[in-house]
Amino acid sequence: MEVGQGKVRVDAYAKVCGEAKYTADLEPKNILHGKVLHSEIANGLVKSMDISEAEKVPGVVKVLTCFDVPDCQFPTAGHPWSVEEKHQDICDRRLLNRRVRFYGDDIACVIAEDEVAAQQALRKIKVEYEEYPAIPTVEQAMAEGATPLHPDLRKDNVIVHSHMTMGKADFSFEKALEEAKKEYGEEELVYVEEELDTPRISHCHIELPVSWAYVDNNGKVTVTCSTQIPAIVKLYTAMALGIPTGKVRIIKPYIGGGFGNKQDVLYEPLNAFMSMQVGGRPVRLEISREETIISTRTRHKITGYVRGLAKRDGTILARSLDAYANNGAYASHGHAICANCCTVFKDLYRDRMGTEADGWTVYTSSPTAGAMRAYGIPQSIWFTECLVDDLAKKLGMDPYELRMKNCMEEGFRDPGNGITFRSYGLKQCMEKGAELFHWTEKREKYGHESGMKRRGVGMAIFCYKTGVHPISLETASARMVLNQDGSAQLIMGATEIGQGADTVFTQMAADTSGLRFDEIYIVSTQDTDVTPFDTGAYASRQTYVSGMACKKVAEEFRSRILDYAAYMLNNSVEDISKTIYAKEVSRAEEKLRSQLSLSPKEKILPEMLEIVDSRVVLKEGGEALFPLSILADTAFYSLDRAVHITAEVSNQCKDNTFSSGVCFAEVEVDLPLGLVKILDLVELHDSGIIINRKTAEGQVHGGIAQSIGYALSEDLLVDEKTGRVLNDNLLDFKIPTAMDVPDMRIDFVELEDPTGPYGNKSLGEPPTIAAAPAIRNAVLQATGIGMKVAPMTSQRLIEAFQEGGLL
Amino acid sequence: MLKIIHVTVNGREREIAVDERESLLDTLRNRLDLSSVKKGCEVGECGACTVLVDGEAIDSCIYLAMWADGKSVMTVEGLKSREGDLSPIQKAFIEEAAVQCGFCTPGIIMSAVEIVGTGKRYTREELRKLISGHLCRCTGYEKILDAVARSVEEHLRGAAD
Repeated sequence: MEVGQGKVRVDAYAKVCGEAKYTADLEPKNILHGKVLHSEIANGLVKSMDISEAEKVPGVVKVLTCFDVPDCQFPTAGHPWSVEEKHQDICDRRLLNRRVRFYGDDIACVIAEDEVAAQQALRKIKVEYEEYPAIPTVEQAMAEGATPLHPDLRKDNVIVHSHMTMGKADFSFEKALEEAKKEYGEEELVYVEEELDTPRISHCHIELPVSWAYVDNNGKVTVTCSTQIPAIVKLYTAMALGIPTGKVRIIKPYIGGGFGNKQDVLYEPLNAFMSMQVGGRPVRLEISREETIISTRTRHKITGYVRGLAKRDGTILARSLDAYANNGAYASHGHAICANCCTVFKDLYRDRMGTEADGWTVYTSSPTAGAMRAYGIPQSIWFTECLVDDLAKKLGMDPYELRMKNCMEEGFRDPGNGITFRSYGLKQCMEKGAELFHWTEKREKYGHESGMKRRGVGMAIFCYKTGVHPISLETASARMVLNQDGSAQLIMGATEIGQGADTVFTQMAADTSGLRFDEIYIVSTQDTDVTPFDTGAYASRQTYVSGMACKKVAEEFRSRILDYAAYMLNNSVEDISKTIYAKEVSRAEEKLRSQLSLSPKEKILPEMLEIVDSRVVLKEGGEALFPLSILADTAFYSLDRAVHITAEVSNQCKDNTFSSGVCFAEVEVDLPLGLVKILDLVELHDSGIIINRKTAEGQVHGGIAQSIGYALSEDLLVDEKTGRVLNDNLLDFKIPTAMDVPDMRIDFVELEDPTGPYGNKSLGEPPTIAAAPAIRNAVLQATGIGMKVAPMTSQRLIEAFQEGGLL
Repeated sequence: MLKIIHVTVNGREREIAVDERESLLDTLRNRLDLSSVKKGCEVGECGACTVLVDGEAIDSCIYLAMWADGKSVMTVEGLKSREGDLSPIQKAFIEEAAVQCGFCTPGIIMSAVEIVGTGKRYTREELRKLISGHLCRCTGYEKILDAVARSVEEHLRGAAD
């Protein structure tokens, strides 16, 4: 069994040697350098541009402006395309935009012989704007009379407003409140209403979203780029350029992290256009850290107005959420993220009367928000978990007990989309985690903290889907190709982005095909000209959805090998006796016939055989017959029956399941300094069977660290007057360093999921969800102050402590 | 205008023509094809471009190539033995599963070389501080710290034997 083992990553050797090639490492010599000019106003129109001085800079090859680009609008979201119009993403962007919608919009670009010339030329472009008021916040963008940013698509700045309920279709929180008062009496009810806020966050993958493009001699514009979604980049690049999809080729080598930012089409189409404008010469487009922070994508700042109603005994009756997502200047993923936030808000708890969730996704003149790890759920869980702890406090109840009493149950099925909790480990995670963390003891111990340093514990639970079915298409493909020595290549359309996909696919293929792990060579690079189709790395889908394709291709490959093995054993006299393997094969045949008591006339069937450890063996008893190397050499070069054994499959997945888990945090709060120190952190995940413990742990550690950043330090600030980003660098936008992350204690509750190819379900994104609210709730126990806004910076904490009379 | 500098890079003496304004990062990547040296911010914030100059870990993106004249520079490409064997630190990073996307890895390994080279033993808290100039968005630093701590211990044990 290869699945379930803590195998060493297949790419670890290359990466510790610095030999793994990323996009920028593959550039040809003498490549041209591209740079983008960004707008210096947040809202308005480019009236004219004077590029004459820029063109004079020595080394400048070409200057292109928003007046030069094709009249094509295209979408950028890393969603599968849809042949149903209502499921298509919004086409609201051009390669370069005349209508400026945020401070940093792309309005022109320069191609030059070297970077310095390109940079100098940028400074010499003169732009004349017609300026409108900046509307970077949701309030500003939704205010009466606000300029619509995309009047061709939306009459105002609301991209979508959705309304969903749990319980009756016409459920309303207001009505439930009235009914509950009548039924139980006001004194029997506990009610919480609050405004909660979440931060805009930059993904901060360490590799910038770089690319380089050229037109190949077959006429294809070929872009090598740091993306999670090569197949989608191919389609949307063609759309942006107004050329057939077959004319675009995307190559994705190793990438230095993505976290959802590279689940969007970023500068690849513009880079392709730049090369095409200079006769197909190779052009590199390196986007700086500052540009990445401002002009690619961010996590959505979602503001939530939440209400919760419970009975004194801790039965939650009803909850509601009004969520306002600041989507920035372009639609990118549109309403999908806010809708996801609303869905999970209503799924996580069993409200006896019902739940109501309204979501608004709003265009604003600020950086575009798109996908980021866990896709709206860190916001959703911030809302549910702050609310539930605040209810617990008002009820005087242990937050653990309140969650146990009200959380989603085994067999839960979302009535809206049909997604079902197929293997349920949520309560087991809570039980196991509480024990490991010593929840009850600590909760009691910190019941009455005083002084300037106070300790407390908090927790948060979550659930998460696996892939995007049935909201969107789920499909994946894979190929296996035999080598002459019996080893094989595995070619996946799914992408390695650092999460360890290549390693777990190799384990899966080894497990199912019977080839040895180290004799399966996964091709890490996706090249849309040769790689089978897969939509890419997002939605924690690949181990599940692409894993199904991987399992299917390995089964097919194995069965073709066994067919050939049976042919060899049945023809050991006629055909094989002429070969150098005559002895081994006839001995194997004898062994098999004697073991199974088969007469020489009876046919040997593939079903009698199996592959184990890269050998053909007897299925019954497992006795070795001959190694795959003999079979492969024969299959390649037999003069009687030569066949190149390969397999290729595509697999549409029409299933989904929930994963879940819990985080417990213990903190010490320094009141006058407004500092939160994490003393202990325990996180349990219910992600089905774990394919590779080591890589899974790595995912959980990294996700928790991101959630700690969300809780305490990460906040991309946008000036409300100018729409300008105030902290567009890694010094001022603070992601955790090694000093900010504690040692983490993590574990898994491994229940086999019946829908997962190997009993597995989502794991990539869930670790980013629960630590932030768990820390917030620990601060609540320590200080009695329930923070409403993340991140809980020193400034905010001190203000809240002052307001609460602690300072 | 290009200027000639003399630098020992990974044990080999090199004569290189560089632009005076050029960062050591650009020289190593573009002129010497040492692509392990990664560019993540170009202002000394992320640590991905860390190399050793005369044994000291520096951010090569904010270090002019001219300053390296007459000095010795080491990158991850210089760590393997002549026979191609990995260094103990590289092995520790592999075995402790300290690598994910791998983009920060070469830089942190070079800092680990510096840390191990001091011959001192450090607490986990001290190690946290010593590698805090490197940003990693994938690992939460847990397994990186395991790998660095193991490298330090192995080195000290080796030195004691």
